[in-house]
Amino acid sequence: MPANFMPTGVDYLRILPEIIMTIAGTLIMLLEGLLGENKKRNLSLLTFVAFAAALVSAVAANANPGLSFSNMLIVDGFATFFRVLVIAVGILSLFSATQYLKREHAESSEYYALLLFSVTGQCVMATANELIMIFIGLEISSIATYVLAGYLRDDKRNNEAALKYFLLGSFATAFLLYGIAWIYGTTGSTNLSAIRVALLTPGSERNVILAGTAAALMFVGFAFKVSAAPFQIWAPDVYQGAPAPVTLFMSAGPKAVAFAVFLRVFMTAFAPITSRWEPFVWSSALLTMVIGNFAALMQTNIKRMLAYSSIAHAGYVMVAIAAHNQLGIAAAMFYLAAYAFMNIGAFAVITHFSRQGEKFVNIEDLAGLGWKQPVTAGLFAVFLLSLIGVPLTGGFFGKFYILKAELDADLVWLTVLGLLNGAVAAYYYLRILVVMYMKEPGEATLSLQPMGAGIGATLWVAAVGTLVLGIFPSVVLNFATASSALVK
Amino acid sequence: MTLLNAVIFLPLVAFLIILALPKDKPETIRVFSLVASLAVFLVSLGLIGPVWSSAPGKFAIETNQPWIESPAINYHVALDGISLWLVILATLLTPICVLVSWRSIDKHIKQFFAFLLLLEFGMIGVFCALDFFLFFVFWEVSLVPMYFLIGIWGHERRIYSAVKFFLYTMAGSALMLVGIIYLYNLAGTFDYTKILAGIESGAIALSPVEQLWLFLAFFIAFAIKVPLFPLHTWLPDAHVEAPTAGSVMLASVMLKMGTYGLLRFCVPMFPNAARTCARWIVILAIIGIVYGALVAMVQPNMKKLVAYSSVSHLGFVVLGIFSFTQQGFDGAVYQMLAHGVSTGALFILVGFLYERRHSLEIASYGGVATPAPWLSTAFMITMLASIGLPMLSNFIGEYLVLQGTSLVYFPWTVFAALGVILSACYMLWLYQRVFFGKASEDLTHHMSDLGFREYAIIVPLILLMVWMGTLTQSFLPPISASNAVLLGPIDASREIHAKTAPPHTPALTAHGEFANAR
Repeated sequence: MPANFMPTGVDYLRILPEIIMTIAGTLIMLLEGLLGENKKRNLSLLTFVAFAAALVSAVAANANPGLSFSNMLIVDGFATFFRVLVIAVGILSLFSATQYLKREHAESSEYYALLLFSVTGQCVMATANELIMIFIGLEISSIATYVLAGYLRDDKRNNEAALKYFLLGSFATAFLLYGIAWIYGTTGSTNLSAIRVALLTPGSERNVILAGTAAALMFVGFAFKVSAAPFQIWAPDVYQGAPAPVTLFMSAGPKAVAFAVFLRVFMTAFAPITSRWEPFVWSSALLTMVIGNFAALMQTNIKRMLAYSSIAHAGYVMVAIAAHNQLGIAAAMFYLAAYAFMNIGAFAVITHFSRQGEKFVNIEDLAGLGWKQPVTAGLFAVFLLSLIGVPLTGGFFGKFYILKAELDADLVWLTVLGLLNGAVAAYYYLRILVVMYMKEPGEATLSLQPMGAGIGATLWVAAVGTLVLGIFPSVVLNFATASSALVK
Repeated sequence: MTLLNAVIFLPLVAFLIILALPKDKPETIRVFSLVASLAVFLVSLGLIGPVWSSAPGKFAIETNQPWIESPAINYHVALDGISLWLVILATLLTPICVLVSWRSIDKHIKQFFAFLLLLEFGMIGVFCALDFFLFFVFWEVSLVPMYFLIGIWGHERRIYSAVKFFLYTMAGSALMLVGIIYLYNLAGTFDYTKILAGIESGAIALSPVEQLWLFLAFFIAFAIKVPLFPLHTWLPDAHVEAPTAGSVMLASVMLKMGTYGLLRFCVPMFPNAARTCARWIVILAIIGIVYGALVAMVQPNMKKLVAYSSVSHLGFVVLGIFSFTQQGFDGAVYQMLAHGVSTGALFILVGFLYERRHSLEIASYGGVATPAPWLSTAFMITMLASIGLPMLSNFIGEYLVLQGTSLVYFPWTVFAALGVILSACYMLWLYQRVFFGKASEDLTHHMSDLGFREYAIIVPLILLMVWMGTLTQSFLPPISASNAVLLGPIDASREIHAKTAPPHTPALTAHGEFANAR
C-alpha cells in the first residue's frame, strides 16, 4: 500500500497534547528572558494551563482512535490511559514543585519547560507504535529528566544524581538502540505490527534466535528505565540525590510510561516468542521484589527507602508482565495508576517535610508528626497503607488484580513468594508509621511550618485518588480492561 | 437499608464524626463515643429477632449488592446463629471498652476513640461478610486500628508488640488471599454461599491436593489469629502491651475471628482436607491447652497470665471444631462467646488493679480483698467463670467440647480435661496471691473499691456470665441450627467410613478417620 505522506487533520488531532506541550515549553523558555522578575510566577500558571489543555485533548483524541503518521503513532485506549496518567503526574509534580523551588531560591522557568518536555516525550512513548518513535520519545523524556535530576546545580547530591542517571541511562539507551538495530536487521521493519507478522511467518526458526537477542537487548534498556533487577542499581542513588519533587516525578511518570512501552513491545511485537522471554521476566520480577524489599529494610534515609520500595513495586508490575495475558496488562495499567498516586503522595510529604536544603530526610526525623500535623500524617498514613497493600486503598486492589492475573497464568509460586515479600515490605512501611505516631516529636517535627497550598493540593488529590481506586476501582479498571487488547 | 447494614456502618459514621470533633474537648469525645457505641449495641439487639425467627440454620437479614463489576465482587452480608452472637459480643464490648478507657487514656483521646470505633466496624464486618473479598477487606481493616491501639497507647514494649502483631497477621492473610483468588479463578465468584454449594454439588471440582493446599492457606491465616500453638507467640506480647481496651477487644473479639473463620470457611469448604489434617490439628490444640495452662501458671505478670490462659481456652475451641460433632461445634461457639465475656472481664479487672497500683506484677499485690472487697468479689466470680465452674458461662462451652471429643476418641478428652484442672490451679493461685494475705500499708493506701463507672462496666458482664451459665437455651438454639448446617458437608461423606464405626455411637460416623486411628 503506498503510504500517503501528507498528514491529515485527524493526524494532528491525535498528537495535539504533544503539540500543545511543546509549544508551551518553547514559549516558556522564550518568555523567561522577556518577562520581568516579578512576572515569572505566571509561567507556572501557563504550565498548568498547557497541562490541562493537553489532558483535555488527550481525552478528546481517544474519541477518534486509530493509527497516524504512516502507522508510526497509535491512539488507542492503552495510549490514552498512559497519556492521561503522565499528564496528571506532570500536574501534580508542578503543584508540589512551586513551593519547593521558592524555598530553594531556584524559581526559574527552565524547570517548567523541562517538565513539559519530559511529559511530551512520555506522551510520544505512550502513543508510539514503532521502535524509532519509542526511542525518540524516550530520549526527549530522559534528557529532560536528566537535567531535572541535577536541577539545583550548586548542590553536590543533585550533581551526583544527574551524572549517574545520565551515564547509566545513556548506556541503557544504547542497549535499546542496539536491540532496535538487531530487530530491524532480522525482520526488516521497526513497526511493531510488522515485526510481529514477520516473527509469525512460518520458517523463521533462524530468525527466532536473532529476534530473541534483540528482545534481550531491548529488555536491558527497558529494565533499566523501570528499575528492574539486575539493572536497578542507579535508582537509589538518583532518587536520593535528586530534588524531592523531581524524585516524585521520576518515580511515577517516566516509570509508568516505560512500563507502557515495555508492555506494548513485548506483548505485540515479541508476542510470538513469549516462551523465550517469559522466564527472564519471571526471574527478573522475583529478583526485583526481593532486592527492593530487603534492601529497603535497612535504610534510614526515607528517600532512599522509598527508592528501594519503588524498585520492589516495579517487581510487582513485572510479575503482571510475566503473566503475559490480557488480564496482566490491565492489572499492570491499574497498578501503575494506583502506584503513581500513592508514591506521589509519599514524596509530596517528604518535599514538604524536608525543609530547605533537604535537611530532614531521615526516617527518625518524622518522629511525632502524627500529633504535630495530624492531617499531613494522616494522609501519609493512607499512602503508606496503600503501599503496604491494605484493603480499601488503590495499592491493595492493584496488587490483588496482579495476583489474579498471575494465578490465571498458573504462576502459583511466584504469587506466594510475591505476597510473602509483601509481608516483608509491610515492616519498613510500618517503621514510618511507628515513628510518626509512636515516638515523641523531635526538633525536625516541632519546627515544621504548615504546608503550602501547592503541596496540600497534591496530597489531597493523591489521597483521594488512592482511596477512590481502592473503594470504587470499577471505572479505571473497566477502562484498563477494555484497552488491554493491544492492537496487534 | 437493613438493620444489619445500620449496625455495620454506624461505627464507621461515628469514627468519621469523632475525627471531625475538636481535639481539645475530650469530654465531648468520650460522651459521644459512649453514646454512639451504646446506640450500635441497642440497634444490634434488634438483630436477634429476625435471626431467631428465620428458618433454622439459614442466613437472615441478607444484603447482596454488586460492589465492583469485574471481577464480580459483591457487598454480601447476612447473619446466622453463629455470627449473630459474635456481632453482639463486639457491639457489647465496645461501649464497655469506651467506659474502661474513660480515664485511663489521657493522651490523644480523640484518636483513641476513633480507632476503637473503626475497630468495631472491621470486626462486625468480618462476622457478617459472605463474600470472600469483602471478608478479606474487613479482616485487614480491623488490623490497622488494633495496630495503632497497641502501638500508641500500650506499655513499654508496645512498638515491638504492635509490629509483631501486624506482621504475623499480614503473613497469614497473604496466604489466605492466594487461596481466595485461586478459588475465584476456579469458581468465578467470591460468594461464599455459591462456592460452598458448588463444592458440595461437585460443580467446582477440587482435586485432593488442591483441597489440601487451599485448606492450609486458609487454615494458617486463621490459626495465627486464634492463635493455635505454635503460632501463638505474638499473642502474649500484644496482650500484655496493649492498653486495657485493646486487650479486651483483642482477646474477646479478635481472636474469635480466627475460630470463626475455621468454623465458617475452612471446615465446611474443604471437609476432606480438614479430616485429613484433623488429627494433627487436634494434637496441636491439646498441646496448646496444656502448654498455655502450664505457662500461665509460672507467669509473674497478671496480664501475661490471662493471655496464656487465652491460648489454653482457645485450644478448646479448636478442639471442638475439629471433633466434627454437633456437640463439639456447639461447644466451640459457646466457648468463643463465654471466653469473650469472661476473659474480657478478667482483662478489665486486671486493668482496674493496674490503674490503682500501676503494676502488673503479681508480687506487688497481696491482701487486696481487705481494702477492696467488691473488686475482689467481682474478680472471684469472673475467675470462677474462667475456670469453668458449673452455673457459669465457660462450663457449658468446655463441657460440650469435651463431650463432643469424647464421642470421637476418648483419650483426647482426658488430655484436654487436664487443661480444666490446670486452669483451676493457676487461677486460684493467682487469686490467692493477689487478694488474700495481709495488705501492706502502701497497697491499702492506693486500693480503693469499685467506683460507679467500674460497677457499670463489670456488673453487666458478671450477670451475663451467670445468664450464659444457667439459661443456655437463650443462646444455643440458633447456634445449634447453624452448626448443623455447617456440619453437613462433613457428615455427608460419612458413608465412606461408616463401616468402621461401631453402630451405637452415631456421632462417630462423622469421624471415620479417627475411628481408624483407634
